[in-house]
Amino acid sequence: MSDGKRNNMQVMKAAFLKSIPIMCSYLFVSMAYGMMMENAGYHWYYSLLASMTIYTGAFQFVLITFLSSGASIITIMLTAFLMNSRQAFYSLSFLDVFRDMGKRKLYMIHTMTDETYAVNCSIDDNTENKKDIMFFVALFSRCYWMIGAVLGGVIGQLLPFDLEGIDFCMTALFVIIFMDQWEKNKNHFPAVIGLIIAIICLLIFGQTAFMLPALIFVSGILMFWSGKKQKEGSG
Amino acid sequence: MGEVLFVILISAMITFGLRLLPFLIFRNGTDLPNRIKRLGEILPSAIMAILIVYCLKDIGNNFMADGIWSLTAVLIVVVSYKWKHSTLLSILLGTVSYMLLLHI
Repeated sequence: MSDGKRNNMQVMKAAFLKSIPIMCSYLFVSMAYGMMMENAGYHWYYSLLASMTIYTGAFQFVLITFLSSGASIITIMLTAFLMNSRQAFYSLSFLDVFRDMGKRKLYMIHTMTDETYAVNCSIDDNTENKKDIMFFVALFSRCYWMIGAVLGGVIGQLLPFDLEGIDFCMTALFVIIFMDQWEKNKNHFPAVIGLIIAIICLLIFGQTAFMLPALIFVSGILMFWSGKKQKEGSG
Repeated sequence: MGEVLFVILISAMITFGLRLLPFLIFRNGTDLPNRIKRLGEILPSAIMAILIVYCLKDIGNNFMADGIWSLTAVLIVVVSYKWKHSTLLSILLGTVSYMLLLHI
C-alpha cells in the first residue's frame, strides 16, 4: 500500500464516526421491525434472514403485513419492485467508484440503502481511503440493521424506555447532507428541482407512492438540463 | 414456514437486482456515456431533497400533534448546523428536541 494511506484503525474510526447517525436510526427502526415480526409470529431468525438478505427498511415492514395476510407472491414481487426501484437510481452515482472496488463491488451494491447512499455521497476524503471508508460505512450499517432486528425480536418487549422519535436522526442527517451539497455546488438547480418535484409528486401520487415518480421526473429533467448546459458550453 | 423463506429470498433477489441493474446496463467498456456520468454527479443533491420530503411526508396527517414538531426540529438542525457546522451536534440537538417536543 502507498505512503500516506491511513491505517485500518484510522479508516475504521472515520467510517464509524460517519456511521453514527445511521446507527441511531437503524438500531431503533430495526428493533421496531424485529418486534413487529415477533408479534406477527415470526421469530428473530426470520427477522435476521430478511434483514441480512433484503436489507431495505420500508419494504421489510410492508412484507410483515403481506406475510401475515397471505398476500400472493405476485403482489409481493410487484411491491418489492416498485418500492425498491428508487435504489437503482442511487447506483448511477457510484458506477465508476464501485467498479474499482474489486471483490467488494457486489457487497457495496447490495448494501446501498437510502442512508448508506446519503452518507457515502458525503465522504469527501479524496485519497484512496475514500473507498475503504465507504466499505466500512456499508459494513457497519448493515451490522446495526441486523443487530437491531435480532434484539427487537428477542428483548423487544422488555424495553423500559420510550424511544419514540429517535428516528428523526435520519431526517436530520439528510438535511445536513443537503446543506453540505448546497454549499459545495455553485449551481442550485438540481437541489431546487428535487425539492419542487418531490413536493408536487407527493401531492399528486400520495405518501406511499411518490418516491419513484419523483425520481424518474427529476432524473429526466436533470439529464435534459445537463445536456443542454453542456451544449451551451457554460460551466 | 418454507413459504416464508421463499418469499424472503425472492424479495432479496428483486431488491439486489434493482441495485445491480445500472451496473449491468453500463458494464460494457470502461467509458460511461457522458450523460449518465453527469447525471450521477448531479443526482445526489436532488435525491437528498427528495429524501427530506420523504421523511417529512406525514407532517400533514396530524400537524398540531406531530408535524409542527418535525418542522421545528428541522429548523433547529438547519440553524445549529449553519452556526457550528458540526454534523453530530446538529443531529443530537435536532433529535433530542424532537423527542422532547413529542412528549410535551
